[in-house]
Amino acid sequence: MAARDSVLTPAAVDAAGTGHAHFGRLLLAEWTKIRSVRSTYWSLIALVIAFLFFSWLFPYLTVANWKQATPEQQANLIEDPIGSIMSSGLFVGQLAVAVLGVMVTASEYGTGMIRSTLLASPHRVRMLAAKSLVFTLLIGAIGEVIAFAGFYIGRLTFKSLLTVNLDSSNVRQVFGVGLYLGMLGLFALVIGALLRHVAGAITGIVALLLVISNLIQLIPGRVGKYLYTYEPTNAGFAIIGKRLPDNFLISSWEGYGVFAAWTALLWALAAYLLVRRDA
Amino acid sequence: MIEVKDLVKKYGDTTAVDHLSFAVEPGRITGFLGPNGAGKSTTMRLILGLDRPTSGSAFIDGKPYRDLRDPLRYVGALLEARAVHGGRSAFNHLLYLAQTQGVPKRRVSEVLDLVGLTAVAGKRTKGFSLGMGQRLGIAAALLGDPQILILDEPVNGLDPEGVLWIRQLLKALAADGRTIFVSSHLMNEMAVTADHLIVIGRGKLQADMPVGQFIAQFSDTAVLVRTPDADTFRSAAAERGWDVTGTKEDGALIVTGSTAPQIGELAAERGLVLHELTPQRASLEDAYMELTRESGEFAHRPAPALGGTDGRS
Repeated sequence: MAARDSVLTPAAVDAAGTGHAHFGRLLLAEWTKIRSVRSTYWSLIALVIAFLFFSWLFPYLTVANWKQATPEQQANLIEDPIGSIMSSGLFVGQLAVAVLGVMVTASEYGTGMIRSTLLASPHRVRMLAAKSLVFTLLIGAIGEVIAFAGFYIGRLTFKSLLTVNLDSSNVRQVFGVGLYLGMLGLFALVIGALLRHVAGAITGIVALLLVISNLIQLIPGRVGKYLYTYEPTNAGFAIIGKRLPDNFLISSWEGYGVFAAWTALLWALAAYLLVRRDA
Repeated sequence: MIEVKDLVKKYGDTTAVDHLSFAVEPGRITGFLGPNGAGKSTTMRLILGLDRPTSGSAFIDGKPYRDLRDPLRYVGALLEARAVHGGRSAFNHLLYLAQTQGVPKRRVSEVLDLVGLTAVAGKRTKGFSLGMGQRLGIAAALLGDPQILILDEPVNGLDPEGVLWIRQLLKALAADGRTIFVSSHLMNEMAVTADHLIVIGRGKLQADMPVGQFIAQFSDTAVLVRTPDADTFRSAAAERGWDVTGTKEDGALIVTGSTAPQIGELAAERGLVLHELTPQRASLEDAYMELTRESGEFAHRPAPALGGTDGRS
């Protein structure tokens, strides 16, 4: 740690150009940030393990208990085998994505690193856009990979009972895993940017995913159905559903559109506040 | 060159920065001095575009910070609070900053070497001492080889070697023609580092002048005199209108309102023996305290006596 005598070094810095910083540079920098902290690896490992484990577990239990199942349960399974492979794993794995999404933004405030970030990229909306794009694509890509891996694990496990094939009627459900996780990651990132507090934002989004999304269907009548349908994560989760619940008022793609619209709205609010608020 | 024009920042009813205007010129170290809570950090954050001013403006080479392209190549900043993620290595912290500016990777190694952190470049920064954290902050500030440096309390938490290192670094950077703007709440630190002083108190400008002028203007000059003919000397000095005070037990006299040569001439004229004649360098700390007496955040209420006779306890 001895300080050197000479403090000046020849600058290995090229001449600065004009206009705003390349968006590509911001993407590269955000990628460096994401890959250089351990929480990214832990969260993604948790996602992959949870998702693949449940992709095996549920089909395995179904096969093992097939004779005890009611005819109604058997009919449900034959109608929607992919749902039974994917939905439990996704329900658990989404928590890892939500936590990581919050950390990507909120931890910058917790550590004070946001000041370094904003000094380097004072055009704040571009920074948020670069961060959003890198993270959404990362989670979306990992989501698609585990979706297909989970599909083949489930298909193998179901083999003695029924054959599960990909076709036009169910390919949306498999692709939907990556689409849902990517959008959820962005949604969580935005919540982190809005609340700027890791613990608060994680509590909020986990409560939304696990508690609020289910409790609101207890509200009686048409209001309850509307709230249940248009709650962002319920709406998004419909993308992996084949036969949607009776109290879900719109189609799978419409549901995903609602989730995307919520995310876009909150993103715009986060961008506005990012520019307005002191860092 | 940094220019601040009529800058105001209010937090609710509190005015942190109160119509502040000054310029920081290149090629010298400008000390930014004020008691804790005077608004130094806030002013720096306003210059750097981190906070929005309530009114007024700040410019870096004629542009607001937010309009700079690749700002780290213009301005390097070290802020008071640590601004790194503890889980990321020093190298990766600097790497992502470099990538945003199009600064090549080898420059990261270069600045790590410059601040003496090469050996711990791959370590996560949460294990860094305060001094190592400051060095990492300096490395980040130097990353884009900027012409302007803004440093908030850079010697905080450094050991004596580190303090000396910062001083030498700042002097070398200023000699190189760069603009150095460095804050401190310690007058004596500024006296040995800065060429020019900007002093604020309660967000208001108190002084903006070279260090030498600051000393001359805000402190009385005093001369210590030791003579066996103290009484004769006193009356002679009184004739000239000089103040002789502080007769110490060892017979030393403090003369104010005069200079050492004048006193020497007086003694020769009157045939008085002098054992000592020493100009007292006015304490800068005293001058600074004098100037900011009414402007500190908490200061200047006399400390309440224990047992509380002031009716508040």
